[in-house]
Amino acid sequence: MFELLQYSFIQNALAASVLASIACGIIGVYVVVKKIVFISGGIAHASFGGIGLGYYLGINPMYGVLPFSLLSALVMGTVSKKSKIPEDSVIGILWSFGMAIGIILVNLTPGYASDLMTYLFGNILTVPRLDLYLMLGLDIIILGTVCLFYKEFLALCFDEEFTTVQGLPTQKLYLLLLCIIALTIVVLIKVVGIILVIALLTIPATLSRQFTHNLKKMMLISTLFGGLISIAGIGLSYAFDLPSGATIILVLSLVYGLVSFVKGRLDSRGFGSGSRA
Amino acid sequence: MTEKKVIEMKDVWVRYGNQIILEAVNLDLDKPGGLLGIIGPNGGGKTTFLKILLGLLEPYRGSVKLFGKTPEKSRDLVGYVPQYKGFDYDFPISVWEVVLTGRLSHAGFLKRYGQEDKGAALKALETVEMLEFKDRQIGQLSGGQRQRVLIARALASHPKLLLLDEPDSGLDPHMQDELYRLLGRLKKDMAIVMVTHDLSAVSVYVDKIACLNRKLHYHNSKEIPVEDLEATYQCPVELIAHGIPHRVLGRHKN
Ligand SMILES: Nc1ncnc2c1ncn2[C@@H]1O[C@H](COP(=O)(O)OP(=O)(O)OP(=O)(O)O)[C@@H](O)[C@H]1O
Ligand SMILES: [Mg+2]
Repeated sequence: MFELLQYSFIQNALAASVLASIACGIIGVYVVVKKIVFISGGIAHASFGGIGLGYYLGINPMYGVLPFSLLSALVMGTVSKKSKIPEDSVIGILWSFGMAIGIILVNLTPGYASDLMTYLFGNILTVPRLDLYLMLGLDIIILGTVCLFYKEFLALCFDEEFTTVQGLPTQKLYLLLLCIIALTIVVLIKVVGIILVIALLTIPATLSRQFTHNLKKMMLISTLFGGLISIAGIGLSYAFDLPSGATIILVLSLVYGLVSFVKGRLDSRGFGSGSRA
Repeated sequence: MTEKKVIEMKDVWVRYGNQIILEAVNLDLDKPGGLLGIIGPNGGGKTTFLKILLGLLEPYRGSVKLFGKTPEKSRDLVGYVPQYKGFDYDFPISVWEVVLTGRLSHAGFLKRYGQEDKGAALKALETVEMLEFKDRQIGQLSGGQRQRVLIARALASHPKLLLLDEPDSGLDPHMQDELYRLLGRLKKDMAIVMVTHDLSAVSVYVDKIACLNRKLHYHNSKEIPVEDLEATYQCPVELIAHGIPHRVLGRHKN
């Protein structure tokens, strides 16, 4: 088993899963407690337009996704709050609009779009070193922003109206939060791909919620969960030659189901109640 | 030196779609203290009225000034206890963290809460007798206890104008009485506007009463003319007034 660690692609995969679990552990908690899973899914899928753009311009698709996901975050955040049609309809429209742009652009690009599947479904075993640096940079930005805005984000997520009354620019804070989610999605793309990103944003955070009532502890626990399970997923996908992204999500879902079941059993028997600190 | 008026509302009209919710509302509150009670039927526009004062809604006609400034600019002077606590009670936040959010307008953007903020939050929790619950998650409280936490959150900012939307709903008689006494003490240092359905409390604790049902009936006094009550609730006064001592009821003298 340990001789695997000599391979640089395994080292890269482990580094990528650690970087990814930090981003999704922290930001996933906001996505879950503010109940913005759907809009986050929308941003992720619309970002496919950026992948298409990358192929079309002949650059690394990751550099196409970065601006495109930020743009979709800003557009979705603004339009869904301002427009008269219901928020989830707006998100649904922009979601497919972004994907359509991506498909058209990929189609217009001459030649075969190699690696397209990696962006859709992820492949953590092929993350190049350069992408790792990008992920690291984004992690630093994400962590820094959350440290700076911790109390503002907490207030925003708990009670937006009261936060406005306190004189804070809640709409701008909300857009900032969506942008940070967009950056997180970019970090996660190589690991699980655009289609499965939402699972990494929600499952570890939801799982952590069963163990604590403290936002910071939730972030810590969900980062640990995400990290351990991704590493287990990498091992399984290597051993059985399965797609890494889907394997990670499968393990996550199974662990989630198992933990919920066991915890539910314990709680109903009077153990565990009040065990959340 | 002339003190700025606490509230100055001139000819304020509000509508949702083409339904008029508030019509030609005028209100002057010039004393920096005292308790104004607002009563009115469900859907009368009381919450809307408070939201106008908070700058959460814009009137389509008329002007609102608090302390001589727009509501948006006077937010550090205003405390608010909302009526609908539509938030998620499973939210991972403690009582202490909730009360601290009442210091956001003072703490400074991007800074951590300082000693002064923590002191104010502690004091506010003490005032509502909730200090011992400070580390509880907000969902693990009873409805009345939660209500007290929200009052503490509003008090933590040391407001000059305190707006309360049915703060007495869900409180037991002891706590209700405590709340009114507390407001009685606080009104020496701040102007308080309280929306309530508890007419008997209104008559004992408030200094002035206004009736609101689309129009605001306000006579700068503690007397409610019977005509106003009937116009507000659109039913005979006998149905409404059993809670109100007769000294509060007056007839228009015209
Ligand atoms: N977001 C909204 N969209 C459309 N109409 C609204 C909206 N909010 C309130 N209204 C309408 O405005 C009117 C006043 O509502 P408001 O909440 O101010 O009443 P209220 O006096 O606070 O009532 P209650 O005693 O039930 O709290 C109601 O007729 C209501 O239907
Ligand atoms: Mg109301």
